[in-house]
Formats: sequence, C-alpha cells, structure tokens
Amino acid sequence: MSTADSPLPTAVDAVRSVGRPPANRPVKSAGRWAHVPLVLATLLLVFPFYWTVVIATGTTGELNRYPPTLVPGTHLLDNARQVLDSIDFFGSMANTVVVAVCVTVLVLFFDSLAAFAFAKYVFPGSRFLFALLLLFFMLPAQLSTVPQFLTMIDLGLVGTLRALIIPAAANAFGIFWMRQYISGALPDELLDAATLDGCGFFRQYWYVTLPVIRPGLAFLGIYTFVAAWNDYVWPLIVLVDPSRLTLQVALAQLNVARGENLPVVLAGALMAMVPLIAVFLLFARQFVSDAVKGAVRG
Amino acid sequence: MSQAVRVARAGGFRRRSAGPPPVSARPSGRRFWPQYVAIAPFFLLFAVFGLFPVGFSAYLAFHRWDGISPVTFAGLDQFRFLAADRTFRIAVVNTLIIWVLSTLPMLAMSLGLASLLNSVRRFRTLYQVVLFLPSVTSIVAVAIFFKAMFGNSYGVVNAALRAVGLDAIGWLNGYWTIKIVICVLLTWQWVGYNAIIYFAGLQAIPSDVYEAAKIDGAGPLRTFWGITVPLLRPVILFTVVISTITGLQTFTEPQVLFGSNAATNPNSGGPGQAGLTMVLYFYQQAFSNNNYGYGAAIAYAVFAIVAVFSIVNWRIVARSER
Repeated sequence: MSTADSPLPTAVDAVRSVGRPPANRPVKSAGRWAHVPLVLATLLLVFPFYWTVVIATGTTGELNRYPPTLVPGTHLLDNARQVLDSIDFFGSMANTVVVAVCVTVLVLFFDSLAAFAFAKYVFPGSRFLFALLLLFFMLPAQLSTVPQFLTMIDLGLVGTLRALIIPAAANAFGIFWMRQYISGALPDELLDAATLDGCGFFRQYWYVTLPVIRPGLAFLGIYTFVAAWNDYVWPLIVLVDPSRLTLQVALAQLNVARGENLPVVLAGALMAMVPLIAVFLLFARQFVSDAVKGAVRG
Repeated sequence: MSQAVRVARAGGFRRRSAGPPPVSARPSGRRFWPQYVAIAPFFLLFAVFGLFPVGFSAYLAFHRWDGISPVTFAGLDQFRFLAADRTFRIAVVNTLIIWVLSTLPMLAMSLGLASLLNSVRRFRTLYQVVLFLPSVTSIVAVAIFFKAMFGNSYGVVNAALRAVGLDAIGWLNGYWTIKIVICVLLTWQWVGYNAIIYFAGLQAIPSDVYEAAKIDGAGPLRTFWGITVPLLRPVILFTVVISTITGLQTFTEPQVLFGSNAATNPNSGGPGQAGLTMVLYFYQQAFSNNNYGYGAAIAYAVFAIVAVFSIVNWRIVARSER
C-alpha cells in the first residue's frame, strides 16, 4: 500500500496515510529499499548459526578441505556421541534446568512483590532504599566476586547448585523493571477498590496485582531464564566439583578438552543452545514487543 | 495518587474492620510491615552478597592473602604494585581498544538498522526476532562459533579471503587481528539488541515533528540528524552507558577464545596477551593464582576506570545537546 504503487499521489493516498503509524511517513519513499540492507543484516546475523550446523554435522577432514563444504554433512550423530563421551552433557543440562527454573520462579516472586511495594506505596525509607537498589545495580560484579566465593566456602555451598540459586533469587534489575511496569500497568483504582473490600497488602498482591501484571512477568521470566541458562562466570568460579557443572561450564571444558576437534565442540555448542533457542522462538513475538515497550518505559 | 491515599491504604490493611482508615494518618514504620517484608528478600541477599562483599573487597585490597596462610597487612602496596604492573597496563590498553573498536561502529550500525526497521512494515517482527537472537545466545557458544569461523588455517573467513585471491590471515595470533575478532564477535552479538532499543525509541517520536520537517523541506539526511538523533538522545545515552559498563568488563569472549590455547596460560588472553582484558586479568590473579588481595585491588581499579568512562561518556552525549 505504498504510494509507489500508483503513479501519482492521490487524495485516496492522502486519506489512507492518516491511519498509518506515525513514524513510517517521513521515510516512506525508502520503505521498499530498506529491505535490502535489512535482509543483508539478517543473513549476517544468522550465518554463524548456519555455519555451526555445517561444522557440527561434518568431520575434521571436511573442515580442513579447501574450498570448504558449504552444506550440512551427515556426521551429527557421531559428533553428538563424542560430546556425550567427553562431558556429562545430560547431567549438566539437568543442573542448568534446575538452576534456571528455580532462579526464574524465585526472581518472579520476590522481584514482583518488592516492585509492587515500591511502585504503589510510600513508606519510611522507601526512596532511600530504592536509590540503594539502583546503586547496587551499577556495582560491577567483580567487586563482590572474591568475598562471595569465600562466603560460599563458609556456608559450605561451594560446588553445589544452591551457590548459584541463592544469590540470584532476587535482583535489582528485575525489581527496577517490574516497578516501572507495575506503575504503568496497574491502575490505582483497582487497588483502592480492593482496599475497600478489605484486602491487605499481600492479598492485593496475590489477587489483584499478579493477574494484571502477567505479561510483565512473562517478559521478566524469559529474560531471567535466558540469563540463568547462559550464566558463565560465577558458575565457572563456584562449581569446583567437575562432576557437577552447568551446561556453559561443561561446554567451555569441552572446548578445552577437544579443542582440536571443532565438529565435536560445535556439536556440543549446538546441543547446549537448542533448548534455549526453542524456548525463545516459542515466545519470541511476545518477548520482542514487550522488550520494545519496556525499553521506552525504562 | 497522593501520599495520603497510599498511607490510608496501608492503614486500611491494619484495621480492616474499623471502617474507613484515617486519611491524615502519619506514616509510622510499624504500620508498613508488609511492605518491609515484601522488599526484605532482596535487601537480605543484597547485604550478604552485595554490601558485605564490596566492603570485604576493600579490606582485601589493602592486604595480602592467598586463602590459606594468615592475612597480612599490605597498606597501599597492592595499588603501588598495580600502578607499576606492565601486564595490567597491557590489559587496560587492550580493553580500551576493544571497547572503542566495538562500541562506536556497533551503535552507529544499530541506529542505521533501527531507522531501516522503522521505515518498513512487512516482516518487521521477523527482523526483530533475528536481531534479538544473537543476544540470547550464550557467550560461551558464541565464542566457540567465532573461534571456528576465524580459524588460523581453516575457517570460513580465511576460505572467503582465499576465494577472492587474498592471503589467509592468522586471525587468532596477531595483536590487532585478535582484537578485531573480539570486536566482530561483540558487534555481532549486541548490534541487534541495541537496534531494537533504538527502534523502540523511534516509535515514540511523534509524527507531527516529521510533518513539520517535511513542510520545511528537510531531506531524509537532515531529518535524521536534525530530528531523529536529538530526540533519540536519552535512548542513545542509555545504550552508550550500558555499552561502556559491559564493554569495559569483557571477560568471557577472550577467556573461551583462548581457553584451549596450549601454548599459553589459559587465562592470559592468547598470543602476546593481545586478548587480555582487565576483568580477565582480575580473574587470572584472583582465581588462577589465588592472589585475593591483588585481585581485589584490580577489581577496584576496574571499577574506577569503568565509573570514570561512564561519567565522561554521559557528559559527552548529554552535552552535545546544546
């Protein structure tokens, strides 16, 4: 429905254009050509994934050949078997799932509860505490890494999955983001009505707030899950027991142990990635639109 | 909503059966126990895993400790050593080069992609999903991808160079090529994420601003520099600060890229230490060498550098407004 379809801009076009999304108009003439660089960018962004599949399904012999094979091969199962021989893949994946699910559930609960308090109530010290929270948000992780590790030793948690779950159970980013979201998504009238019906803070949270903020929870949930699944630095430090690792640490170990055999390493990377990419693509449409909204609001 | 109403609401919680709560009630700490309970989990974790460690790091930075033998007071020795440490200087220079070479072109490309995305209507969601995809992929996996693509003898990049008649390059051996690989990796992973953020900002610019520019006869380029960029400044500010904070703390990329390089120490950043970043050096000192005191000193130095650059960048972007 671009004006380029008709030879002259007509009154119909003028009327039609009224209903168009605002930002489209100034660059309308470039609209069609814009697909060329966008498709190019898309191909460049997808290529490393494609190339991973090509190598992960090939052999080292094929890899060293020139010109290289550009299409996927037939050795994926063989490479996958070597991955399973080199690292405890399924054990690591189970650990990762446990950590990611626990962290996501805890973060959603604690962050939304705290965010509700900060978004809808003023209580003594609330401004100061929120500023403190933002400050913590900005502190670089390595400032606390060493003492955190020592604390985990004292608590006897080094090498356990709890060392990953407990510190991540609530976070400043989630509370900040959720506070912004609740401020915009939850009308005060709804809370006032709930108060008149005799609902206290926690019942307001459970029966009024949670149902209303479900889309926000979905976004924060995916975001948290992805971050927990991909976390590398802290697990690398604290998971000292080689028989109990998360996927990313196991993958890095595979990279060190089988570095000379790229097809096996890339098959491992592919296997570690597939479940997460599947989850992402399943919710991608919703996630992307929420991310856009959140960015503007933030 | 007024503070009085909020206070009243909390009062209503305490005295459910006592009819409408007194609107004029003054805030008192005890009345708000549910709110304090609600925020307690975060602040409890914050105290144990945030506040205490940051303070303890400060203590460690003035001491020597390997985790086993007794702690000894070191005064400013760690920082004096740090100031003269050639390896740390290499790490700082490396980090700054990588950060400049990755952040500036990346944000420019992101802005371009966002404008393009804003000018099309078809396939918009598809483009957005693809733009997002690299940023949800784990850095470990991405580093492995790029190690494969930029292989020294094999590797698709060298194959492409040979195909157009150029010589293959030992990407993961040279001072500059190592940095270029890391920059390409960072750009690939985050360009789409930043483009999505810019796109969100573009969507929020009202159309009448563009109408006015059009009536004044401004071309696309003038519109872009005269309207889009200034109105997008808060969003640009956000991305610049985030890119500064994350870019200066690059760690996983070089750690995984050179983790299997048998010729060098696994955490030394590859040949010639060309990929040694500040945080990788911190990790090497604190966890490979168990030099906790020195590690803490490095952590504080990194914090100072990140803070200074974040503030300087903030100032530059915020000031160019006038």
